[in-house]
Amino acid sequence: MALALALCTAFVLQPGVMSSMVGAQEPTVDEPAVTTGSPTETDGPAITGVLVNRDDDDSPVGGVEIVVSDSAGEEVGTVVSDDDGAYFLELPAEGEYTAQLIVDSLPDGVTLTDEERTSLTFVVRPGQQKPLLFPFGVDTRNSTGSIDRVLPLTIDGIRLGLLLAMTAIGLSLIYGTTRITNFAHGEMVTFGALAAWYFNQIMNIPLLIAGVLAFLLSGLAGAGLEKGLWKPLRQRGSSLFGLMVVSFGLSILAQHLFLYFFGSRTRPYSDYALQPGGVQIGSATIPPKTFAVIIISLVVLGLVGLFLSRARFGKAMRAVADNGPLASASGIDTDRVVLWVWIGGSALAGFGGVLYSTTQQVSFQQGQTLLLLMFAGITLGGLGTAYGAAVGCFVLGLFIQLSTLVVPTSIKNVGAMAVLILVLMFKPEGLFGRRERVG
Amino acid sequence: MNWNLIFTSIFSAIFIKETIFYVLGAQGLNIHYGYTGLMNFGQAGFMAVGAYGLAVSVETFGWSLWVGILVGIGWAILLALLLGLPALRLRGDYLAIVTIAAAEIIRLVARSESTESVAGGNSGINNFAGAFYDLNPWVNTRRYDFGPFSYSGQDLWIQAVGWGVVLLMALLTFLLMRSPWGRVLRSIRENEDAVRSLGKNVYAYKMQSLVLGGVMGALGGIVLAIGNQSVQPDTFATRTTFICYGALILGGAARVWGPVLGGIIFYVAFRGLDVIIRQMEKADIVPESIMTSTQSGVVRFVFLGGALMLLMVFRPQGILGDRKELAFDG
Amino acid sequence: MADATGAEPRVVTEADRGGVLPEPGAAKPDPILSATGIERRFGGVVAVDVAHVEFQRHQITALIGPNGAGKTTLFNLLTGFDQPNAGEWRFNGTSLSGVPPHKVARMGMVRTFQLTKSLTKLTVIENMRLGAPDQRGERFFPALVKGLWSSEEDEITARADELLERFKLDHMREEFAGSLSGGQRKLLEMARALMGSPELVMLDEPMAGVNPALTQSLLGHVKALREEGMSVVFVEHDMDVVHDISDWVVVMAEGRVIAEGTPTDIGRNQAVIDAYLGTHHGEDLHPEIVEHRRLEAEAEAEALEQSAEGDSDDDTAERP
Repeated sequence: MALALALCTAFVLQPGVMSSMVGAQEPTVDEPAVTTGSPTETDGPAITGVLVNRDDDDSPVGGVEIVVSDSAGEEVGTVVSDDDGAYFLELPAEGEYTAQLIVDSLPDGVTLTDEERTSLTFVVRPGQQKPLLFPFGVDTRNSTGSIDRVLPLTIDGIRLGLLLAMTAIGLSLIYGTTRITNFAHGEMVTFGALAAWYFNQIMNIPLLIAGVLAFLLSGLAGAGLEKGLWKPLRQRGSSLFGLMVVSFGLSILAQHLFLYFFGSRTRPYSDYALQPGGVQIGSATIPPKTFAVIIISLVVLGLVGLFLSRARFGKAMRAVADNGPLASASGIDTDRVVLWVWIGGSALAGFGGVLYSTTQQVSFQQGQTLLLLMFAGITLGGLGTAYGAAVGCFVLGLFIQLSTLVVPTSIKNVGAMAVLILVLMFKPEGLFGRRERVG
Repeated sequence: MNWNLIFTSIFSAIFIKETIFYVLGAQGLNIHYGYTGLMNFGQAGFMAVGAYGLAVSVETFGWSLWVGILVGIGWAILLALLLGLPALRLRGDYLAIVTIAAAEIIRLVARSESTESVAGGNSGINNFAGAFYDLNPWVNTRRYDFGPFSYSGQDLWIQAVGWGVVLLMALLTFLLMRSPWGRVLRSIRENEDAVRSLGKNVYAYKMQSLVLGGVMGALGGIVLAIGNQSVQPDTFATRTTFICYGALILGGAARVWGPVLGGIIFYVAFRGLDVIIRQMEKADIVPESIMTSTQSGVVRFVFLGGALMLLMVFRPQGILGDRKELAFDG
Repeated sequence: MADATGAEPRVVTEADRGGVLPEPGAAKPDPILSATGIERRFGGVVAVDVAHVEFQRHQITALIGPNGAGKTTLFNLLTGFDQPNAGEWRFNGTSLSGVPPHKVARMGMVRTFQLTKSLTKLTVIENMRLGAPDQRGERFFPALVKGLWSSEEDEITARADELLERFKLDHMREEFAGSLSGGQRKLLEMARALMGSPELVMLDEPMAGVNPALTQSLLGHVKALREEGMSVVFVEHDMDVVHDISDWVVVMAEGRVIAEGTPTDIGRNQAVIDAYLGTHHGEDLHPEIVEHRRLEAEAEAEALEQSAEGDSDDDTAERP
């Protein structure tokens, strides 16, 4: 269990290693050879961890010297790992430090996994006990049995798939009801994540509440966009192309406003970033928050599904998305439906962004990287549908994560977009497109 | 504020290779969207295959620069066929999604470490265009000043050739669009079914249009690659496509000179804005608390987004366009 | 049913029936277009289910039926703009199954559309020139050199001007087609279709939305087509118009051909009267159900058409 804790914390607290790539999270698979020691009495910032040798059945590596300097280059302390491989060094204050591993101090026969990786620069927050990643032994990441990786990747794929589904339902319904290919939908995801970050980190509101606030605020933003921008444009009779270009302009505008005010760094929420516990599955440890995200997503998607299938207004939404003129002819107030599609779709996108950021951290461009995956997912499921979009996204999320068994992580999204093109080539109406809808 | 610097950089920007890059991209989109109505949102992909086709041929395969240019053009044709095959049979907005995804695939593959040995990964490929500069009638390293313009000999050479390509493409566009071939294209833009009912193979025409405009985009990529002696994957982000669209809409679509004029104004404004903002920030006109130096680099993109929206909403016919003849109905 | 020669006709009144029985699927002496077992479903709705139908050469055949009877869908199927789920159809004896619409047009069967598809941002004369088939200047490389196509263009223009004069559109020659009235657009579309010198002209509701003043002239033009040796099939609602110009009438309801005959036969046919009144052979269908089915089928057809062409302009489709 200690290993589990260490692995997930090690990953979460390492902002530098977070790539902005979608779903780049491969928590335990990536850095399996480092663990933290047991928590200590002190409250101040510190570095801590346990050095183990991957080559020798994770046996502890003692006597290794690590020198820590502050950002000005001043040495602030040296620590030597004990016989259990554990080390602990209190730091004077929060801030940026560099840790240098003294290679000469390594016991015979122990080598760094990456010989270049002798020095690490890291940021410590107040009270944080920072684990350092110094893996030893041969890199077995890609040679570990695929079977061991299948389960954790499946679980992470489920998480990604559900989040894509949650964020993309709005995109699909907006397309269905207004024919807008909304390239700015990704920014709504970012907006939700950022809003929650401000509530959480600046106003010190617990993340659970901040998430709900972000959900509401995103919905409000969706309403504002529909009322202030899209509806007037539709009423002028704008062409599809015009709407697409406007949505892309909006995407660039919003994304760079986020960048302006939030900065290019990825940042975590204050809660759940460092989380004890976790379940060892296959070669990896899944932190509890992953399960929490999956459960919350399932509940939210379930509620959305219930609403769309049972509630009168939900059915109206699907009817308009299915066939606007027909719905309108049967007395449905299309304008009101469209407004609520924007509100609901944006709220879900924003909330999805919050959930996504609990594991990926908040970044100004996370929505943009998600956007094409959402498009791929809803195209797979059938553009303009609700259920089809959700299923398509879910399948796609699983596919993306599992594809890393065979393709490098850096191009896993390429596979997703290739799926998009293949679907359009062979089954343009998607897996659940309009052909099966009239009964 | 250093007004001299501001004016020099703005004037100089009129002719620089980046402007040529966007103008050629926009000329291609003019064929695609302006005349045929094809929503190609992946022009950056065509520009990328042009640039990478050249760079990879020279650097990785050791072929001559001239063969590399042909390879770049060939890749663009191939890409058009590959995308057009499925997407041109489908509804217009599907083409938009397919092309935008394809352009991203190209960029992601080019910057991936798994193709690093061929495409150079994140840092791209450098120094492959020596053969081009060997032919330079000007002295490569000398600086030439003409009034407010100031260019190196290298710049002059690529600019001369680059603008030559732009003029050639404008001439090609003019010749084609006054012909019955162009009439079919414009009719497809208005109503595909009507054209079909008159016995024209709409699909074949759309494919020809996609190839032609794609090649123009690839030429833009090639000019920039030679001009910079370098290709980088992130030059070809989706944003690039939309700068080209901004240029096309500003200048006026379905007009031979629309993308040229629009490209110059749009890019010069985009670049000039950046210079002005940075100067303002340096001169402390904008206090540090409101805008740091990192933030000042972001502002022009905020304006880019806003400009795209406003243009589309308020002047979709651009400068040269005639709303009656061609409106985007923004 | 096609084999009708042996049966005794019930009523023989019209000389111009030409020995053809007034019943659905009747065989014609010289059919230019024939279709068998054509079925088209949209989801669960069967829009077209035609067992057999033939259209006689050198005649004007009217295709009539209540709203949602599947007339336009049948038109789309026969001209290659839509593909049926089953069935076979032949033009001049050649099977058209799987033949794309532009090839159908080149074979000599040209159609117009219910909602005019004038190329609104091209001038009238440009619209006309587009109608000419097989132009050299429409190929990429020859297009670059004006000398290669200018003389052909002059011939085309001369023919276009003749047609424009005949259709009384010559005064609008340089106007954008978008500035024409609805009736003028119908005329333009018909004239444009004639640029290809077709054998069979398929007109989808040529009179819809045309003001009465123009109707007579339109009818005159349609009749003239027959005089020039062309065959015409047209969709129409107005029985007066049908009576006036058609040699033969095919009646559709709920996707099927329910009656055929001369205009006079059809006027007396009980099945036709029932169909127009919304009942069907004694089977009581509530009008709302009929209306619902119609709406569904049409919306489907429209959605499908849009998904095929990506054209947002038709959102405002008028449904007469």
